Amino acid sequence: MRRTVLPVLGVVLAILAFWYVAAIPMNIREVVTEAERAGASVWGGPATERQGRSAWALAVNNAPIALNGWSQERPRLPAPHQVAQELYQSTIGEEVFSRRGIVQKGEFSNRGLVYHAGVTLGATMVGFLIGAAAGVLLAVGIVHNRAMDMSVMPWAIISQTIPIVALAPMIIVVMNSVGVQGLLPKAVISAYLSFFPVVVGMVKGLRTPDQMQLDLMHTWSASTSERLWKLRLPASVPYLFASLKVAIAASLVGTIVGELPVQRGGLGARMLAGSYYGQTTQIWAALLMAAVLAAFLVWFMGWLERRTLRAMGVPA
Amino acid sequence: MTLVLLAALVWVGGWALNTWLTRGARARSRAVRTAVPLIFGATVLLCWELIVRGLNVPPAILPPPSRIGQTFVANLPLLWGDFVQTILKGAFSGLAIGVAAALVVAVLVDRFDVLRRGLLPVGSFMAALPIVGVAPIMVMWFGFGWQSKAAVVVLMVFFPMLVNTVAGLQDTTAMQRDLMRTYGAGYWPTLLKLRLPAALPFIFNGLKIAATLAMIGAIVAEFFGSPTQGIGFRISTSNGALQLDMVWSAILVGALAGSAVYGLITFLERWATFWHPSQRT
Repeated sequence: MRRTVLPVLGVVLAILAFWYVAAIPMNIREVVTEAERAGASVWGGPATERQGRSAWALAVNNAPIALNGWSQERPRLPAPHQVAQELYQSTIGEEVFSRRGIVQKGEFSNRGLVYHAGVTLGATMVGFLIGAAAGVLLAVGIVHNRAMDMSVMPWAIISQTIPIVALAPMIIVVMNSVGVQGLLPKAVISAYLSFFPVVVGMVKGLRTPDQMQLDLMHTWSASTSERLWKLRLPASVPYLFASLKVAIAASLVGTIVGELPVQRGGLGARMLAGSYYGQTTQIWAALLMAAVLAAFLVWFMGWLERRTLRAMGVPA
Repeated sequence: MTLVLLAALVWVGGWALNTWLTRGARARSRAVRTAVPLIFGATVLLCWELIVRGLNVPPAILPPPSRIGQTFVANLPLLWGDFVQTILKGAFSGLAIGVAAALVVAVLVDRFDVLRRGLLPVGSFMAALPIVGVAPIMVMWFGFGWQSKAAVVVLMVFFPMLVNTVAGLQDTTAMQRDLMRTYGAGYWPTLLKLRLPAALPFIFNGLKIAATLAMIGAIVAEFFGSPTQGIGFRISTSNGALQLDMVWSAILVGALAGSAVYGLITFLERWATFWHPSQRT
């Protein structure tokens, strides 16, 4: 435990330190302009002249005010504690202490990140379940039907090399124009993205039983469906979970991208809104929330995998 | 309505043809192996065309493939410009920088055990995150040009590449390393002559993942702001104007570029790792 925790902690601290240092030159121009407006004399001459100077020179020569870069209203790069503050404000602060929050009103505030994360999570889960189920079904078909295998598999593999996410805005707008709104269009995208990894992984998994095992099933005069349920499906479980982990991360990305064109809630909508109104801290907080969500989903899949494999008696 | 019936007939016909082709020993020949997916693809396209025409689906919802093809051919110069802007400038420069950085860091991580234990968990965590989300921030920092797209791509490809390369660098057996030691080889000769070549299959695997991610990053980043060129720009503006044939053409460009890059990497892999069991047939 200590062998991994300490180095990881060190790396995380190094990243935070780098982040703090980087925030100084990133924000220095705004800081200097602000100080000049407030009447202080700053190094670097008038604004037009400062344009030509490097950010580091400005930071070093204006050392007394340089650290203000960590407390800007609209920083180019917010310092970590500002992001943490925004994250706290828009989750606990919004839900517990605000009049719009769950404590006062009984439902999640639509200005809080919890609400938006919930919107994203819902669409991701619906899409993921549809995509994974369809993927497993198609894989079963592929394994049992050679015509299907040879016609569909090459396309399934090629489709993984093309940027499918680019379809997202189109699907949203088209489904919007035929009157389908809300969760479903986003779920379609995330289903589509989780579909192909599951197909490819499942086909590989369903094919793992070797000839010997299949022959054994044959000597027991097992029917095709018995072979599927009692040999192929159990054998494919490790492959299934490996591809489910990839698929759920892909569906989350799909949902977030799908939320960009239609501003009706969700982390993607939140990011785009932040980018429109220059609310950098809001983007960072939404990004962090998405990271937490992704980490949770992948962890959950890993947990499910361990539980299932242990229940099946596979040595961990 | 007749057209829709015709589509059903085409579907059944194509499927029957494929079933007949894949039955028995015929399926093993090379010609059949290439023909079957092509027949399937052609069947899908034909059914799409017939159904869209038969049901009079407005082109603002789903244009028929023939119309997409026409738009694609008619706008070749425009789409070429998009290709250069997004793929060549944005995705490739980002891919090159990200991959180079990941390779250097991977060698460092491999050299120092503390770094490996610290960076690898963080790296695999980052590899699972929706990094496309940094696109709005990068556009804010680096402007609307290709530089911001390249920055997004660098961040997206770095971690998968790092994790794969580090795994590859550790893929030598103690026996092989001992042999190098008996030859009197130090760290650098061992790295260059044994461990980097041994890591190549992993590196190519990472490259394949990274190439797809690079396209996604470059296209999605354009949704947050771009010059009046680029695949992502074309998709979002044509989408707003309901010119879906143009959207599909832009996606076709992305698909062609993606498959071409994937093919190129596979070719290089076959050339560079001809000794690996997975490449010997």
